[in-house]
Order: sequence, then structure tokens, then C-alpha cells
Amino acid sequence: MKMQPNKSASLWHALNAAGDLSGRSVFGAEASIALSDLVAGSTLYGRGEELCGRSVLVTTTNQFTTASALIELDGIARRIVLCPPDLPLEHLPFVIDTAEVDAIVSDRTTFALGSPRPLIFCPCSREIAPGNYDRTIQHQTEWILLTSGTTGVPKLVVHTLASLAGAIELGSTSAEPIVWSTFYDIRRYGGLQILLRAALTGKSLVLTSAHESTADFLARAGSHGVTHISGTPSQWRRALMSPSARLIDPKYIRLSGEIADQAILNRLRSFYPQARIAHAFASTEAGVAFEVNDGIAGFPASVIEHTPQVDMKVENHSLRIRSARTASCYLGEKAPILKGADGFVDTGDMIELQDGRYHFVGRRDGMINVGGLKVHPEEVEAVINRHPEVQMSLVRTKKNPVTGALVVADVVLKVAPLATSRDMHALQNDIVLICREALSSYKVPAAIYFVPALDVAESGKMIRVNA
Amino acid sequence: MTVMTVRSEIASQFTQVAREQGNRLAPLTDSLELLESGLDSLCFAIIVARLEGALGVDPFTSSEDALFPRTFGEFVEFYENATK
Repeated sequence: MKMQPNKSASLWHALNAAGDLSGRSVFGAEASIALSDLVAGSTLYGRGEELCGRSVLVTTTNQFTTASALIELDGIARRIVLCPPDLPLEHLPFVIDTAEVDAIVSDRTTFALGSPRPLIFCPCSREIAPGNYDRTIQHQTEWILLTSGTTGVPKLVVHTLASLAGAIELGSTSAEPIVWSTFYDIRRYGGLQILLRAALTGKSLVLTSAHESTADFLARAGSHGVTHISGTPSQWRRALMSPSARLIDPKYIRLSGEIADQAILNRLRSFYPQARIAHAFASTEAGVAFEVNDGIAGFPASVIEHTPQVDMKVENHSLRIRSARTASCYLGEKAPILKGADGFVDTGDMIELQDGRYHFVGRRDGMINVGGLKVHPEEVEAVINRHPEVQMSLVRTKKNPVTGALVVADVVLKVAPLATSRDMHALQNDIVLICREALSSYKVPAAIYFVPALDVAESGKMIRVNA
Repeated sequence: MTVMTVRSEIASQFTQVAREQGNRLAPLTDSLELLESGLDSLCFAIIVARLEGALGVDPFTSSEDALFPRTFGEFVEFYENATK
């Protein structure tokens, strides 16, 4: 029998009702917490009640403490704002302001925010403290996830537990023990899906750690008997480069967050012949749309018409999705519109029909996906254009078999082409250097090409070629 | 291109990309596991892109069913076979 998540239950209540939790834990690299302890105690030093009705920013140094804080806060806080690991500190005041944050949960000891807003600070711990306070559900908590915007300022995406968990089937009668894991960080949509799968069904979960090598993580996942594991195609490519890939024996492998090409699907099939391999289409905004189980890149055209609970259509070549799993809106006064009047979310992913199968061919907005991390060309172009010798630039994607894509830049110089290749090389280095200072490493162009001109449309905008 | 120059081209790209990305590169022996080399996925992506420019081949893309190389020696062999 399959049941949908109880829309009125909180994460804590779902976990509490998930049956026998004995032997089930959230495993981090340095610590672990039994699920039964999470139900009985508090990682917020029993201070959860103080956070009742507040807009709570969760920003911790590791996924492990975030996971326990989320389980405790859902149903109590009015709003949970989930901070991804790489959010630049300079954007925190914007996030706090936009989400009207009035409480912070963190395991950091010092915090310089420069925020004028009065904030409650609630520490969280890796240890469970006794704190069995009243867990009556006070709020249907709003979950705010952050995604990168075109200028580097994050966009705040509004979900509820119901929309986040909409694709999760509960009450599976399978007697097989399930142990979840993910290469993703649970502070992002893809990883959060796996945390919710584990918490709502009362299963163990093995989390990655930033300080752990891929080989060590695989060994640890193997030692906990991981059966279900998810990651981006790039994370899987990296895992398969490790001899420790033999240490896990998954029954279910899920790919999402990037286009799954045939090569990685074939490699996983031959490496883990006993595993069910699925590639899913999901995004923070559009939610989980569908899962492809036939081991072939792209998806059958019939998926558009025949996916239960999810309406899909293709308009102007891009995939649009309407379901109870999409986010409701972006937060903020000047925020862009997330859904059209008909309730569809435009994913911006361009698809093309070839022989009865849709394939992803690129992004309308030119966004580049480097190993699952989004790069908006405009943000990189703005940095390149700061260079005094640069007239204009176009940042575009270059296909890559390791990370799916790399960032490269076409640059028009103010003065005519340089005299010597030595000068040219020095200038390329110079431009890369200013990018390195201002941008995360995956956003820095892997190559700079000097071009005589760039195509500009009549609108005055540069013409971006999807690919 | 001779086998020796494929190896030296690869070694020089490993060294250069590690320096550019500020990663500490382990000594390049044939038995060195790639994931223990000090390079991350982004480094490998850049190395593969540059080797495509320098050697004219990208064996990662051209051989769909092959397993990934796991050691530096296998990586070199992967490219040597593709450039033969």
C-alpha cells in the first residue's frame, strides 16, 4: 500500500509515527544520532519553544546539525530558512531582511551579521539534550530554500513540507531494510529530498562531510550498508574513479541535478548490475517532476502526458511543470514571478524531441550547470567587464565529460588585438585572476577566448546560443 | 605523437592546473589514485578540456562504455590508447 505524506504532520510527528526506529540513525563523519533520540530529545538545548512562530535562519557548519535542527523546527517555526554551505556572508543581511528572520540557529560560536533586526540566537549541538517539550504543531512551517540568482544575490524559494515531500511514498510494505545516502548536501534541494525520505519513513541516513575524501565516504557508506543513494552525474563520475566504489552495493541509484548522459548511465549499469538506476528531473522551483527508469538518457515523450500528479507541457521549447510539488513563489518585494497565470513553472530547460524521446539541449537563460552547481553567465560577465581593457564579454558553456559543463568566456577588447601571444597570455591570466578573486572556483572561466565582436540583438542584448 | 609526449603533456597539465587552482599535487606515479592526487572534479574537468585541445582527443566522451581510469597510470594509458 502506498500513502501520501500526511499533509498536517510535521517532520518530527512523522518520524515519531514511523514505527520501530531501533538501530536507525543519522550518520555523519564525526558523529551519529539515533533517530529515537531525535524524537525524544533536543539538539537545540531544549529551547525549541522559544523559536515558536519565528522566522528561523538555520546556518550550521555541517549538514549533521542542520538535519537535526530541521526535524526539531518543522511545525514550530513559522518559517525555516535553510542556508546552503557556500552562501557568501555578504548576502546574509539580504536573506535575513527578505525572509524577516528573527531567530538564528547555528553551531558557530561567533557571528558578525551587521543586521539591524533584533535576533534570537539559539545554539545547536551535535549532542542530544533532554528536552521533551510540547511538540504540538503550532504552524505549517514555510521552508525557504536558496538558489542562485543571475547577479549572485540568492533567490528565496518558498516551499512547505507537503510540497517538498510530495514525491515521497510512505508506508511501503517492503520488509527489506533501507539505508539512505546522498553525495548531495542536504542544505540543497536534491539532498533535502533524501533527508526527508529518511526522516518521513524512519530510515537511517548516511551524510557526507566536507572534510572527508570520496574514498573515505564510500567506505563509511559501505560499512553502514547503504542501499539507496543519490547524487549528480558528476558526483557519480567522481565516485567511479575511486577503487572504493566497490565498497558500496546499492539496490537503488538515483541521479538528479544535472543532465544524465548515456555514458554515466552505462557505466553505473555495468559497475552496479544489481542496482535499479533512475534519473530524476527535479529543481528547487519546479519540485520533483518525474523519474526515468529505463536506463536511457532523456525521457520518453509519453512522460509529458502520463505522469500522475504532475502536469507538464512544452512551450517555446522549454519544459513547464505544474504540480503540488512546485514552490509557491519567490520571497521578496522585487522578486521575480515563479508561476505563470496557469500555475505552470517554466523550468527554463530547453528540450527537443528526437525519435519519440525528449532530450535536454540547454538553458534558455544560458545558465551553466557545472557538476550540479549553477552559474549565471551575467554574474561572471560583470566581473570580466570590470577589467579596464575589456569592452564586453559573453560567458557560455563548454560540454565536459567530468562535470557535464565548464564555463568559458568570449571577450572583446577595447583596443585592437594584441601584438604578441605573450601579451595575450598575460591578459588572459589577468582576467582569470580578477574572476578568481570575486567568484567561486567553478564560476571562473576555464578558458578565455579573444574575439573581434559579439552578436548583439536588436533589443541591445547579447545573443546567447543555447547548448 | 609519440607515447612519451602524451605522458609528458598529461603530467604538465596536471601540474599546471593544480597550480592554477591552488591545489597541492601528489607526486605523479603510475599507482597514484586519481582521487588521492589532490585534484578535485573541477581540476579534472579542466585537464580533460585542455588535453582535448593539446592532443586532439577526449577519450572520456568518445568511449561510452569504458570504465573510468582510477590511477594516474590508467589515465595515461587511457589517452595513449585513444591517440594511437
